[in-house]
Amino acid sequence: MTVEISTVAKVAKLSRIKVDDETLPELARDFNAILGFIEQLREVDVTKIEPMVSVSPMTLKIRDDSVNDGDKQRQILVNAPDTREGFFAVPKVVE
Amino acid sequence: MSELNKLTVSEARELLRKKQITSQEITKACLAEIESASVLNAFVCSTADIALDRAKAADKRIEKGDAPSMCGIPIGIKDLFCTKGITTQAASRILQGFKPEYESTVTQNLQDDGVVMLGKLNMDEFAMGSSNENSCYGNVINPWRCRHDARLLTPGGSSGGSAAAVSASLCLAAIGTDTGGSIRQPASFTGITGIKPTYGRCSRWGIVAFASSLDQAGPMTKSVRDAAIMLESMCGHDPKDSTSHDLPVPNFESALTNDIRGKTVGIPIEYRTEGMPEEIEEQWARGRQILKDNGAKIKDISLPHTKYALPVYYVIAPAEASSNLSRYDGVRYGYRAVLNEMDGISEMYEKTRAEGFGAEVKRRVMIGTYVLSAGFYDAYYNQARRVRSLIKKDFFDVFDQGVDAILTPTTPSAAFEIGQMSTVDPVQMYLNDIFTVTVNLAGLPGISVPIGTNSQGLPLGLQLIGHPWEEGALLNFAYVLEQEAGFSGQPTKWW
Repeated sequence: MTVEISTVAKVAKLSRIKVDDETLPELARDFNAILGFIEQLREVDVTKIEPMVSVSPMTLKIRDDSVNDGDKQRQILVNAPDTREGFFAVPKVVE
Repeated sequence: MSELNKLTVSEARELLRKKQITSQEITKACLAEIESASVLNAFVCSTADIALDRAKAADKRIEKGDAPSMCGIPIGIKDLFCTKGITTQAASRILQGFKPEYESTVTQNLQDDGVVMLGKLNMDEFAMGSSNENSCYGNVINPWRCRHDARLLTPGGSSGGSAAAVSASLCLAAIGTDTGGSIRQPASFTGITGIKPTYGRCSRWGIVAFASSLDQAGPMTKSVRDAAIMLESMCGHDPKDSTSHDLPVPNFESALTNDIRGKTVGIPIEYRTEGMPEEIEEQWARGRQILKDNGAKIKDISLPHTKYALPVYYVIAPAEASSNLSRYDGVRYGYRAVLNEMDGISEMYEKTRAEGFGAEVKRRVMIGTYVLSAGFYDAYYNQARRVRSLIKKDFFDVFDQGVDAILTPTTPSAAFEIGQMSTVDPVQMYLNDIFTVTVNLAGLPGISVPIGTNSQGLPLGLQLIGHPWEEGALLNFAYVLEQEAGFSGQPTKWW
């Protein structure tokens, strides 16, 4: 199976990564090398084998249903590139 | 006393307790070494003031006689660990200027024991790489070079800064993380010891996530004893990481008895790969002989799905990475691209991520997005998870046959030259992790121990793989190898 340049452009879009048109062919080559490598998984007989969910068998712990954290507006915003009046600021969103 | 930076953790502990040296003295010696080793590019930020403060506090604690083993020991911290108020970038431009408001559980545990943090260590961006050539801080240089040859070698990756720093004695020990071999492969390339514990032994809380079902933190040290001491200090149950296991932390050091009589060590036939240098084959045979001479039974075993481990890894790790790295959007922390007036929020995401991520990270995020996309999810992602179940079963089948540990080479080659892999396709670089990646997929503990050098004078390591939660027994096998191998390797200082 070969991945087309248009597929790579679509995946870049889904990944929210801007890729210039001139880099697409090189990226498609890398994609095909990697996908060619993982293609061999198809030959493995996995009849009656469940996909792994957790590598070590465990039951998730349940904690008390109570508030144990919060009031951290300053800490949450302190690393943001742009904030206004206690909120994250982003470019205008027009749908 | 000269060259305090060259001490092991256990030697320093002894001297500190006897009050023959102070933590401040060791810390100053390390800081001076870091200063003079900038060409190695191992440390990306030195936290000298914090280090000296903590060393002073540790000395007081030792004075009072209330000192855990790691108290007063200066170490380096991989840039993947969040450290409160100190730049944490995972060697990525996208986290430029990020100063966490919190401390990772592992570094907090160490700090509680009185460990002195010297600074943050270079690595491959987001822990993706096997040569430490994917870093926004530039390449790390291996302190080891071939005999009569000034060419610069990679220290391996992704914990390349940690490996180089310990090997060059810029610190007494360091912490790394291992998703597919990122502790063990660089440990092997630099002649040090590195253990990846059982998945769930160390809390992942506060470690920048790459592939959450595979990531584990571990110590990188100058000896097996040091690894035992440091692992005990790092690990333990943490309610903030739901995959951290609620098990008591054993005294790993007391497991180092040198007694492996009657134990069975498995030698997997599938780990004999085509084109593997004869010297690695020889060291592997030597390791087998050492364990046999110490009373272990050697048994040929088969792990039939080994060849599928790397393909499984290169589906699962990118899939998890594409999800984990979606948080880097230019909104909450780190880098945001400069935008044009007409740019909306999508352009902000796309430009920020294009400028903030390096080439390998972008490649993996996109591969991950592809294998998780509608129409391919079952063929790639679910298939990989099924084969992962089979890889894990391979190990448990041989454990059920009475195998206590498995011995393999750590890597298929010694350290290679900087830039050597830049012209080949990405898969060639991935092959570095061929012997280590199975261990992450199965969630098992694995350790790399230096065994000797090749004809060019470069270190080689052997890997031991153990039963889950039995790091103590595993460390003991490694201890036997270490004692008998007689590797006293330190690189000749050229920097």
